[in-house]
Order: sequence, then C-alpha cells, then structure tokens
Amino acid sequence: MGPMTSRLMLLSGPRAWLLGGGLVAVFLVVIPALNLYLPHSSPFYLQDFWISVIGKYLCFAMLALALDLIWGYAGILSLGHGAFFGLGGYVIGMHMMRQIGDRGVYGNAELPDFMVFLNWKELPWFWFGFDQFWFAALMVFLVPGLLAFVFGWLAFRSRITGVYFSIISQAMVYAMMLAFFRNEMGFGGNNGLTDFKDILGFDLSAASTKMGLYIVSVLALVLVYLVCRWVVASKLGRVLIAVRDAESRVRFLGYSVTNAKLFVFTLSAVLAGLAGALFVPQVGIINPGEFTPAKSIEVAIWVAVGGRGTLIGAVVGAFAVNGAKTYFTGAAPEIWLFLLGGLFVVVTLLMPEGLVGLARKLWARLTGRNAKEPA
Amino acid sequence: MPLNEAAVQAPPPEADKTAKAQAVAPIDAKAAARGLLYLDGVSVSFDGFKALNDLNLIIDPGEMRAIIGPNGAGKTTMMDVVTGKTRPDEGRVLFGKDVDLTELDEAEIANLGIGRKFQKPTVFESLTVFENLDLARKGDRGTFKTLFARLSGGQREQIDGVLEAIRLTERRRELAGALSHGQKQWLEIGMLLAQEPELMLLDEPVAGMTDAETEQTVVLLHEIARDHSVIVVEHDMEFVRNLDCRVSVLHEGSVIAEGAMDSIQANPRVIEVYLGR
Repeated sequence: MGPMTSRLMLLSGPRAWLLGGGLVAVFLVVIPALNLYLPHSSPFYLQDFWISVIGKYLCFAMLALALDLIWGYAGILSLGHGAFFGLGGYVIGMHMMRQIGDRGVYGNAELPDFMVFLNWKELPWFWFGFDQFWFAALMVFLVPGLLAFVFGWLAFRSRITGVYFSIISQAMVYAMMLAFFRNEMGFGGNNGLTDFKDILGFDLSAASTKMGLYIVSVLALVLVYLVCRWVVASKLGRVLIAVRDAESRVRFLGYSVTNAKLFVFTLSAVLAGLAGALFVPQVGIINPGEFTPAKSIEVAIWVAVGGRGTLIGAVVGAFAVNGAKTYFTGAAPEIWLFLLGGLFVVVTLLMPEGLVGLARKLWARLTGRNAKEPA
Repeated sequence: MPLNEAAVQAPPPEADKTAKAQAVAPIDAKAAARGLLYLDGVSVSFDGFKALNDLNLIIDPGEMRAIIGPNGAGKTTMMDVVTGKTRPDEGRVLFGKDVDLTELDEAEIANLGIGRKFQKPTVFESLTVFENLDLARKGDRGTFKTLFARLSGGQREQIDGVLEAIRLTERRRELAGALSHGQKQWLEIGMLLAQEPELMLLDEPVAGMTDAETEQTVVLLHEIARDHSVIVVEHDMEFVRNLDCRVSVLHEGSVIAEGAMDSIQANPRVIEVYLGR
C-alpha cells in the first residue's frame, strides 16, 4: 500500500497534516488528561458528562463525513442517512441486549425483557448470533451496507437523481421508523433497546468504559476521515466529482455511473453504521426516534454549515451545530429550532462554502493570497 | 433539444413526398458490410414528431464525414441514437460487423470505441485540464480499478501528447472551468483524443469559436482524421468546405443528398431546403 498511502500524503499540504495531527492530539491526549489527571476542584477539570457528550459529537461527525462523501463529492443528497446510523446502532444494541442475560427485570437468560413482556416464547431467528461480539461487529457493517446496496441499486439503475433521490431517501427512513415502532418487528417497538449492562465485559456505567468508548470514537473518526480522504483522492474520486457536475457526460466517457454511485453510497452507509454502533453504547439507548426524518435532515445541515465537499467541514459542522444545540437546548430550549432554521438560512445565503470556506477566505485575506479553490 | 428543434421548424406537409422522390440511392449490401457504422432504417419520433425518418447512413473505416442540414433535420438526434442516449423506434445501428448499438447503454457504447463531443462544451469544470484528460484516457473503467488506479509514466506522456495537440500544455494545472469557450471546445476534443475511439462524433465543434480558433480546429481535425473515423455535424458552411470531405445532407430525419461539397451545393433539392433559404 506504499503508493496508496503516499496518495493521501500528497493530497493535503504539510500544514494541513500538522493541523490535523494537532487536533487529533487534543482529542486523544489533552481532553482525556483534563478529565483523568486534574483534581475535581480545578477550573479546567472536565466532568465525565462532557466525555460522553464529546463522544456523541464524534459519532455525529462520522455520520456527517459519510454524508459529505456522497453529497459533497458525488452530488447524492441522502436525507435518509439516519437509517444507516440507526441500523448500526440497533445491531450493537441487539448484542448488548443479549449480553444482559439473566440480569434483566424478568431474569430470563434466553429472552430480552421486551420479548418476555410480549409473551414471546423463543428468540426470533434474526436475533441468532448476536450474542457473539464478532458477529454483531460484522453485522454493523453488513446490515447498513446491504440496505444501501439494494436501495442504491434500485435508485441509481433507474437514474433517480437530485431532489427525487432525496425524497425517496426520506421515504425510506420514514418507512423504517414506522416499521421499528411496531412491537411485532422484534426490536423493542416504541421503547427500542435499552438497559444495557456491559460491552465486551466492561461495565457501561463505569467512567473508565466511557473513556474507552470515547478513545475508540476518536480513533474511528480519524479512520473514517482517512478512508473518505483516500477515496476522494483516487481517480474514482474524480469520477465522482465529474458525476456530480455533469452526470451524463461521464456515461459518454464510458464509466458506469450506476456502479460508481453504488460503491460510494454503500461505503457511506457502512461508515454511518459504524458511527451508530459507537453512538449507542455511549448514550445507552436506541429507539425508532433515530429514524425520524428530521434527524436525517439535520445531518445535511451539519454538512452545509461546516462546508460541503471539504470533508473537514463535515466534522467542523457536526461539532459546531451540536455544540450550539447542547448549549441552547439547555439555556433557551424554546428558541433552539428557530436558531437551527435561521442558521441554515444564513449559511445557505451568506456562506455557501460553510465555516471552512469562511475560514479559508479569512486566512487568504490575512496572508494576502488568493483563496485556494476546493477541489 | 429535439423538441425545441421541432418547434423551430414546421415542415410543409408535401415536403415529405418530394424528399422520398429525390432520396439518394438505396444502401447496397456490400457497402454496408465494409462500413464501420451502419444506420439501417432508423426512425425516432417524439410526441408524434419524426425526428429521424427511415435514416440510412454508412460511415467507412477511417472516413471523415460532415453532416449538415437545417434546424430540426435530426442531426443531434442521430448522434443521440448512435451513442445510446436515445433508443430508436425502428431500425438498427450496426457498429463494426455485428454489434447492434441500439441494445447497449451509453457507457458500453463508449467502451466499444465511440466518442462524442457535445454541441455545448461539457468539460468537468471543477477538475483541472489534466484531470479531465486523465478521466477520458483510454483504460479500465471499472469502479474498483479506478479506485486503485495510478498514473504510469507512459500514461502521463500520453496525456502530455494530447495537451500538446490541443495547445493547452501551459494550462494543464488550471481548473477547466477557467478556460475560454474555445479552449473548452479544444479540451473536449482532447478528451476524445485521449479516449482513442475508433469513431468520433463531433457536434458543432467550432460553434462560438473565433475565426483563428476555427482555422486551428480545421488543422486539428485533419490530424485527427488520419487515424480515426470522424463524423462532424456543423452549420458553418465555410468550415465544412475546409474539411474537404464527403458531406451528407439531412432533412426531416432522412438523408436527401450525399457527396462532395461542390456537388451538394449544386443539388437543387439541397438548395431548396437549406442553402437557398
């Protein structure tokens, strides 16, 4: 993979890599240190609560990256990416559900509580295997990937693009929400899956486990970023940009637009599934609320606010919008939705390239050079 | 596009009969067998308007052919049919001996060796000139192949050669969107060159070019025609004359005359429908 990794190195300048490395160090060293090694009385002490909150943001950032990969680079605006995020979460939730064993309310080692409550006698077939972590880990990638592959194949083969694709992706996530609300589906219905005890033997309520999940999330985000960066730096990445800008022209060049889109859409869904699987152990619950269409639309707002088609913008946007959400839903909950809507309008009208575009312009003005066009 | 052309031209009803009467000689089997491209009785209609009406056309290997005709004659529709964008209602389009293009999609047809340049230059504006040519470059188009693709020295030289031919070497690193209109036209021709197709379809390659650019384009096309079959659709009569090749005149979806430019310009039927206007 020597030449393939050098492709990554060539993509961004050394300064960008330094900046990225610095950010990773902050998340990987500074933030944990503020939590672990400072006395609780110190003004810089970071409460355990914040570790969980930042851990959540990291997962949102992965989801935003997954969306930016397809929206920013291939022009596929999915407004149903919550489906893949939620599926990844459900898969890991099923594993943790099985790990509860006889520690549930009903003390039934074979059946999760909600099944006992529904008077089910045995485990449905699709719950088999989820007691094994390796199986669940595999399914975290396979289930969202398979749904995206089938959905994408049907849509891209029929050349459904633009707003029509966005609408059917909304319909898909809405249909999933309705389906998962039903008790008969076997995924806990309205309440979803919760009351998890541990993962891989680590107690989920322990601070050390939370820190462990946080660290894994940082590493996963770095990995997801590098995967996306690597794809967009490839020749396929340029094919995708070409598809975004002039789809039919790409066909006349002899590329299969359907296959290129299908690949990147499936990859994006797999990454979104990974994000969901890391999210659920940190929040302790997964329910059909994750499939609410509004949640999927919000992801597009994160990407737009951060700067579409830049990858790093997706991360910035996810942190900025969710940070604002955490603050305002605490300080002034009644105005949050107006702020969110207003934010989207302001960004769309005034800074089409998002926060990253704005930062680039400011930087260019400071250094007196022309802003470098993003690819 | 065809619908717009339909709106522009409302043919008198009796024109159809005269067209049949003065049609060129029927295509003989021998000529069809040695042809590179053979359109056999192709008809296409849009909402009742016949864009192509029993069109027969043979392009020989290595030939350069100009296609002229008034608006709505079916020139662009013919290109759409050959490249798989439009499926004909009737007829076959044979490429080589036995491939029927009407059964393939755009990408498959392109991979058989048919390249197309559009009326409006469509280059990928947010990619550089070099990257545009690299995408067009003949090579494996598979999704995973492109994911792992690396440019070899030889391939780089090939692109450099094309850059030289289209006179854009200096601007290789610039975004294609920053090029002038004429340069975009050239870049698109360059993309065709890099694609190394057996047959090139050029839709109005000099539209919007300055006189100097048009002259240079004629030179470029003659260079290209040495090792490719080329079909050029064009309005500019002076340009077509300079191409110095066989000309087919399309009118209401059929070929009404075929031959050298001089004989075409002397053809009373052609004068009536086109040149005389």
